[in-house]
Amino acid sequence: MIPGSFEYHRPDSVSAAVKLLAEHGDEARVMAGGHSLVPLMKMRMTDIDHLIDLQAIGDLKGISVDGGKIRIGALTTQHELINDKGLAKAAPIIHEASLQIADPQVRYMGTIGGNVANGDPGNDMPGLMQCLDATYEVEGPSGKREIKARDFYEAAYFTALGEDEILTAVEFDAPKGGYAYEKMKRKIGDYATAAAAVLIEMDGGKCTSASIAMTNLSDTPIYSEAAGQALVGSSLGDDAVSAAVKAMDEAINPAEDNRGPVDFKRHVAGVMLRRAIARAAERA
Amino acid sequence: MSKIHLKMKVNGKQVETLADSRELLIHVLREELGITGPHIGCETSHCGACTVDMDGKSVKSCTVFAAQANGADVTTIEGLGTPDELHVLQTMFKEHHGLQCGFCTPGMITRAYRLLQENPDPTEEEVRFGMSGNLCRCTGYQNIVKAILAAAAEMNAAKEAAQ
Repeated sequence: MIPGSFEYHRPDSVSAAVKLLAEHGDEARVMAGGHSLVPLMKMRMTDIDHLIDLQAIGDLKGISVDGGKIRIGALTTQHELINDKGLAKAAPIIHEASLQIADPQVRYMGTIGGNVANGDPGNDMPGLMQCLDATYEVEGPSGKREIKARDFYEAAYFTALGEDEILTAVEFDAPKGGYAYEKMKRKIGDYATAAAAVLIEMDGGKCTSASIAMTNLSDTPIYSEAAGQALVGSSLGDDAVSAAVKAMDEAINPAEDNRGPVDFKRHVAGVMLRRAIARAAERA
Repeated sequence: MSKIHLKMKVNGKQVETLADSRELLIHVLREELGITGPHIGCETSHCGACTVDMDGKSVKSCTVFAAQANGADVTTIEGLGTPDELHVLQTMFKEHHGLQCGFCTPGMITRAYRLLQENPDPTEEEVRFGMSGNLCRCTGYQNIVKAILAAAAEMNAAKEAAQ
């Protein structure tokens, strides 16, 4: 399990990294923690001539919580997300979901930027970012631009990120109300068989807003506006929850693999969503 | 492809070596530097036998290029204790039969070391969660957890006695 040969670069600024990307085109890849990319390189499932390690770029690190606006630098690790007290208070769903990613060692290296930019349907953060209606900040040769998480994912490993661009940060408003991230996995370190991210606001026993996104049940994360709408105006009784599960079920498109056949995945997706709604409601 | 001139601190000593950019940290540690405590188990970032401490993080050195560790401060099991002067975690693994074949033990202890640095008085559940990236195929985990809890108690008692 030795990767092919490559040239290693460690630029110290985003502009230097963007320049390297422009210079080497599709022979180059940027790397954050490397815990998706290094395994692929070891199995020779991807061939890279120029590896651009972003670790020295200080501008890509850090978490800021400012008046309900949250900004997380792309290189922030899951370990840092878990241990940031301000973030845990402002957006506890990030804390809850991060604890369910991979295992402790991987969380010291795995970053939020790598997790959302990679385009792997198994990653947990993309669905969560869609649930939060987050915005990704990206930078390329012609400057910065923003892409909504809900518009970012096109197919497995295909995203709206240009080949010459780097994802630099994620931004979102601190969520209000109750939250839950429910994930079913076969074992520690595995990707989700199915996972549900849910945010719910309640007022006087009625649901006033709901956001629902699902992980690893299609070749992209699935944000289901219809599932959220099925809850709005209800008191989250059986009928409303069943309608939300039905709407979600119509939006997903799971494929059979070693995590189970399609029917099983749809079943687990429903169970995860019901649990997430119930837990979010308790906290709302 | 050019070789990279690596400079790292390994177990407190400054080391320099040349490595191919594609060489993994575990290979440089074992083959270039002769540090064979960290083991190659699954080589796919699952088992944790290759765990080392890098700049205060527990990492699986089979999933880190040596080039990524350039400039880093790395600690392996060799840096924690010696046969004559065992680390308290090593003593407790021995006392509580936290190992059988011993293959996973360097990774287990190196990971447990960082866990106790961050959380000096963990609950059993916190130990199990914190050790969930390390697999053992022979003893089961009960005695490993016991050993880590005992080491935590011992370290805390020593700290208190010193105060």
